[in-house]
Amino acid sequence: MSSSSVAPGPILEIRDVQAGYGRAAPVLRGLSISVPPASVVCLVGPNGAGKSTVLRVVSGVLPARAGTVVLKGEDITGLSPQKLLARGLSYVLQGHSVFKEMTVAENIRMGAFTLRDKAVVAERITMVRDLFPLIGERWTALAGGLSGGQQKMVEVGRSLMLDPDVVLMDEPTMGLDPKSAAIVFEQIDVLRQHGRAVLLVEQNARRALEMADLGCVLDLGRIAIEGPARELLGRPELAQLYLGGAPRAVPVPEQEERHAAI
Amino acid sequence: MSLAVRGLTKQFGGVVALDDATVDFVPGAINGLIGPNGSGKTTLFNIVTGLIPTDAGEVTFAGRPITGMAPYRIARAGIGRTFQVVRAFDRMTVLENVLVAERRSGLRELIRSAIRGSEVDRAMDWLRQVGLDHLADADAADISYGQKKLLELAAILMTDPSLVMLDEPAGGVNPVMIERISDLIRVANANGRTIVIVEHNMEMVMSLCDHVVVFDRGRPIASGAPDTIQSDERVLEAYLGV
Repeated sequence: MSSSSVAPGPILEIRDVQAGYGRAAPVLRGLSISVPPASVVCLVGPNGAGKSTVLRVVSGVLPARAGTVVLKGEDITGLSPQKLLARGLSYVLQGHSVFKEMTVAENIRMGAFTLRDKAVVAERITMVRDLFPLIGERWTALAGGLSGGQQKMVEVGRSLMLDPDVVLMDEPTMGLDPKSAAIVFEQIDVLRQHGRAVLLVEQNARRALEMADLGCVLDLGRIAIEGPARELLGRPELAQLYLGGAPRAVPVPEQEERHAAI
Repeated sequence: MSLAVRGLTKQFGGVVALDDATVDFVPGAINGLIGPNGSGKTTLFNIVTGLIPTDAGEVTFAGRPITGMAPYRIARAGIGRTFQVVRAFDRMTVLENVLVAERRSGLRELIRSAIRGSEVDRAMDWLRQVGLDHLADADAADISYGQKKLLELAAILMTDPSLVMLDEPAGGVNPVMIERISDLIRVANANGRTIVIVEHNMEMVMSLCDHVVVFDRGRPIASGAPDTIQSDERVLEAYLGV
C-alpha cells in the first residue's frame, strides 16, 4: 500500500465485533480493524488473545455476538463461509486442513469447486504450480502423505484458486522450514502486489511485521496497539511484551540480515 | 540417557522418508534436529517412540534395543514426546489433561491420585510454568492452538521422562512464550534430562541447543555445534536457503 494522497476506503472492515465460544467468557470484546486494499495487515499477540477468533468471525465460521463485518462496502456479517468465498474472501486455516485421502491435484481443484469455466481453472492451476513448484512435483501424490510443510503449501495454493480479493491466513508459516516460510512470505507479498489484501495472523511476528503494512497487537480480545508495521517493530515496549528478544535497543529495521529470525 | 538410531529406513508408498539414517544423540545434551520439510525428522520421532514400525535398522535407548516396542512401553522406559500437531483431550479440563498424562495404570489410579493433593499441586505447578494456570478449569477444547501446544509441553514434563522429544514446540507459540519454553527446556535439561528437539525457529535452536543434527532427504548431512552448523555450506543450501 503506498501512501497516496487519495486514501482508498478499506476493502475489509471489522467494526466493534464481540465473539466467543459456548459458555466461556467472550474472546473478542469490541474489536475494530480496517484492512486497506492491496495491503498486508498482521495480527500479533499472546496465545489466547483472540487472533484466530478474529479470522473465524470474518470468514463466517463463528457468528459474531455483536458488531459488523464489511467487505467491499457491503455488510457481510452472518453470511455463510461459502457465500463469502464467492464474494472474494478466502481463508487458510491454522494447522492442517488438506483432504488427506485425496491427491494434491484434487486438493488444489477443490479450491475452485464453485468455478464452472475449465479454462479458468486450468489457468489458476498453472499459476499455483508456478508459485509452488513443489506442489507440481507431488501433483499425483496423496496429500496425507506429504510432510506438514508441504501440506501447508497445498492449502495456500488451494486458497488462491478462486482468485480472492482478501485472503485470511492463520499462521501460514507454522511448521514450515525456513526456506518454505520465506517462500510463503514472498507469496503473500506477491498477492499484495497483485492487488490482494491479506489479513495475517503470525507468531513469526518480527518477520511478519517486517513485510506487513499495518500491525495490530491483540491482547485480551481488544486491539492494544496498532499502527504502521515497521513503526511497531521499533517500539521497545512492544518488543518486551509481545515480540520477544527484548529488552534491547531495537534497531530500525533497515538491513534484513537476520535470516536466523526466519 | 543415550539414544541412538542405526540404519533406520522407512518408505511410505514410493517416498523414502528415512534412508539408512544413523544418529547418535548426545546424552545429557539439548540436541537439535533440523532439516527441510519432508526430510524425515518426524518419521524418526515416530519410529523411536514406537508409533510406526521401521523397515530396517534399530533404535537403542540407554544401551538397550527398543525397536518395535509398543509406544506405552517406550514411554514407561522414560521417553516422553510432544507432537507437531497438537493432541489434547478436548472433553477434559486443562488441569485434567496434565493429570492424565501422568497416569500409567488406568482410570481408578487416576481418580485416586487426583484426590491426592500433591499430584494436583505438581500439575498446577507445570501449568504455572507454561503460563496456563489461569485456565486450569477451562475445557481443553476452548483454549487456543498455541495454548494447546503449551499444555502438551506441561503434560509431557509431568511424566518426568529421562529423554524428552519435542516436535516443534515453538510452532504457533508467541515469541515471548517461546523464550519461556526455552527456559523450561534448559531447566529440564539441567535436571539431567536429555532433550531432542525438532524446530524450525532457528533463533531458538541456535541459542538453545548444544548439538545440532541436520537432516536432508532422510538422512543426516551434518552435525555439530550450532556455530559450525550455521556456517556449513550444505546446511545453508539445503535448509536455510541462503
